[in-house]
Amino acid sequence: MLNLIITGVGGQGTVLLSRLIGQAALDKGFDIRGSETIGMAQRGGSVVSHVRIGADIHAPLIPPRGAGLIVAFEPGEAVRALPFLATDGAMVVFDRPVNAVTSTLGGGAYDAAAMLAYLRARVCRLTVVDGARAMAACGGAKAINVALLGVAAAGGLLPFDCAEAEQALRARIPARLLDMNLRALAFGAALAAEGNAR
Amino acid sequence: MERRLLMGNEAIALGAVRAGVACVTGYPGTPSTEILETVARQKDGRIYVEWSVNEKSALEVAAGAACAGARAMVTMKQVGLNVAADPLMSLNYVGVRGALVVVVADDPGPISSQTEQDTRHFGLFAKLAVFDPSTPEEAYLMVADAFACSEAQGRPVLLRPTTRVCHSYASVTLLDKLPRRAPAGFHKDGGRWVIFPRLSYQNHLKIESELRALRGTFSAYPHNLLTGRGRLGLAAGGVSYLYVREALADIETDCKLLKVSTVPFPEALGLSFLEGLDEVLVAEELDPVIEDALLHLCGRHGLRAAIRGKGTGDMPNAGENTVAGVRLAVRRFLGLPTPEDDGAEAAGEAPTPPVRPPVLCAGCPHRGAFFAVKEAVGRRKAVYSGDIGCYTLGNAPPLDMVDTCLCMGAGLTMAQGLGRVEPDTLHFAFIGDSTFFHTGLPGLVNAVYNGADVILCILDNGTTAMTGHQPHPGIGRTASGAAAPKVDIHALVSALGVSALTRVDAFDLAAAKRAVTEMLDTRGVRVLLFEGPCIAVDRGGTPCAVDGDVCTGCGRCLRQLGCPALAWAPEGRRAARIDPVLCTGCRLCAALCPVSAIGGGGRPC
Repeated sequence: MLNLIITGVGGQGTVLLSRLIGQAALDKGFDIRGSETIGMAQRGGSVVSHVRIGADIHAPLIPPRGAGLIVAFEPGEAVRALPFLATDGAMVVFDRPVNAVTSTLGGGAYDAAAMLAYLRARVCRLTVVDGARAMAACGGAKAINVALLGVAAAGGLLPFDCAEAEQALRARIPARLLDMNLRALAFGAALAAEGNAR
Repeated sequence: MERRLLMGNEAIALGAVRAGVACVTGYPGTPSTEILETVARQKDGRIYVEWSVNEKSALEVAAGAACAGARAMVTMKQVGLNVAADPLMSLNYVGVRGALVVVVADDPGPISSQTEQDTRHFGLFAKLAVFDPSTPEEAYLMVADAFACSEAQGRPVLLRPTTRVCHSYASVTLLDKLPRRAPAGFHKDGGRWVIFPRLSYQNHLKIESELRALRGTFSAYPHNLLTGRGRLGLAAGGVSYLYVREALADIETDCKLLKVSTVPFPEALGLSFLEGLDEVLVAEELDPVIEDALLHLCGRHGLRAAIRGKGTGDMPNAGENTVAGVRLAVRRFLGLPTPEDDGAEAAGEAPTPPVRPPVLCAGCPHRGAFFAVKEAVGRRKAVYSGDIGCYTLGNAPPLDMVDTCLCMGAGLTMAQGLGRVEPDTLHFAFIGDSTFFHTGLPGLVNAVYNGADVILCILDNGTTAMTGHQPHPGIGRTASGAAAPKVDIHALVSALGVSALTRVDAFDLAAAKRAVTEMLDTRGVRVLLFEGPCIAVDRGGTPCAVDGDVCTGCGRCLRQLGCPALAWAPEGRRAARIDPVLCTGCRLCAALCPVSAIGGGGRPC
């Protein structure tokens, strides 16, 4: 059984990532349950998806300390989701901060470096994805969700591999966007391989 | 049999298609919206689908279809049922000939709603059967049961999912479609379809006897379920039942578990549950409907079981239940040790993530409209009445341009009342295009008729944005994607006799300010029609950029607009910076920069 939390800021593509993971797991014969944040919070608020893969799961939500994996699209949201991470859980975090309007009005950007430093101290199985590099490789921010899918699948953090993730992509992503997303998946997989080599 | 990953709302839609629904209507509202959208996407030529102008119209259209013998369904969120309450209350007395399933999505939390009202209570009030699913799979099956129940009773039936059913997803096994019968058609039948007091009295008697019968029938309903044994009992409904199952997964203590999925309460099943019990804990969200039904049974049958839940302070009276909260309550109830690690990080150790409330998107035309009004009004005394939609977010600082928000269409009418008491204040009302069609129009007629002194700002972004971009009467497209006549808001307002009416480009700050200023010192009903497409529909042009050498770091753009694309540059001299990923090039910040440091941007022609 895998409990997985996907977190980010509304508009970053978290919902699509959770559906892709669900689809790939379903294709492999697993039962899936999960829950999304849909509605007002999607306008730039914090959004969290819960994905639960395996048999005999009842609730669509994961309890605190119940997640074996957190995929975070943003350092501050990663820290916010930390209470869900199991003590031996893994985390993949995209390091590019999304500015919060409340911080700007308070006189400055929020301290994303402090968030990352805290994650490094707290989470043993942490993969930090370099945002600038990822966006250069994926042609912008649109396919970041799929790059993170590549990191998690190739890193052995999901119950399916990159080839199976690719099948889910091909089934769900419109043809005109497929190339960009396949590139992002390959970039994520390469990044995971680098991590394994280190 | 196919297994598919479905969101609860998709499961409800496919369940209705399976059950042979012929007519589906609704008005968008979180968490119900995707039900109708999914039916529309099926492109099943035999199903008529429409986004209606509001929930009352939707229910009446569906009621007509059901009176002509069709299986009809109408979808809305819980507050939508308040708008549709009038036809629903009466329709139960008149009845239907086919079937009508009224899907009303409740929103414990609330996560995206004005109230935490419980539609099960609405069912009790309106004397209707309610089906209350726990999961997408169950919702998929229950839709067919709801249609069958409605057809058997000849009355409308409610299906009441909550957010955690609507927006959760699961692997659902799709079943073969049920045999479909052609609608019998409308039969004129004396006074059968005409609600008169005498008929209502007779039908009230019938309804009460049917409800008594349902209390028995529902005891055998497979989704009302009694398991376990012992002297302690747990009763639950909706998603809370799943939380109880999670809590019991690693517990070996004997207890009974009752799952309740219907209103009226399954009384015979409830009595079997209560037999031999000393104590009961009830887990449910919103109102204590199951709890009160059990208390009622204990009172009527002289049973001694103590019923614990909301009334005894064992369960919360407001907000949504959580896995952890229910687990804690269940373990306490069963006298088991409670887990100590609640996931809280050690105090003072974790850095605090930024507060991130939802905000108007970068490039949102509403920001331009609000800012233009704010600048034009300046220090004059004004009250800004808001309404329901993305633009409610104009309430947040730094715009701070929404002083009231009550319910759909209330901004314009509340502004009129405020003006009767404070005639020396400027009274603005802001309303979106979809909300204007929904219930804004009668308020505008009221203002014209009664000679109100208000400035109405219609924010026309060409879509129903908050709920995910559904079409409405002003767009020229139906729910199925077909071309439709466009109801012209400008012509409509003009036809009401409003002469002070100006069309404004929401992205042209200078012109918008001039238009607002011209309205300030006149009296009567004045209407500003702000036009600018929602950026989620029309992504806009190239992003703007700050010239770091020119920017003086005055912070005017940052402090006044609250645009999520604007931030302080992370390093070097104090200067604004624009996030090219978020910026859509609306140029609102460029228009107010005192030193013209912001360049680029612009929307494609």
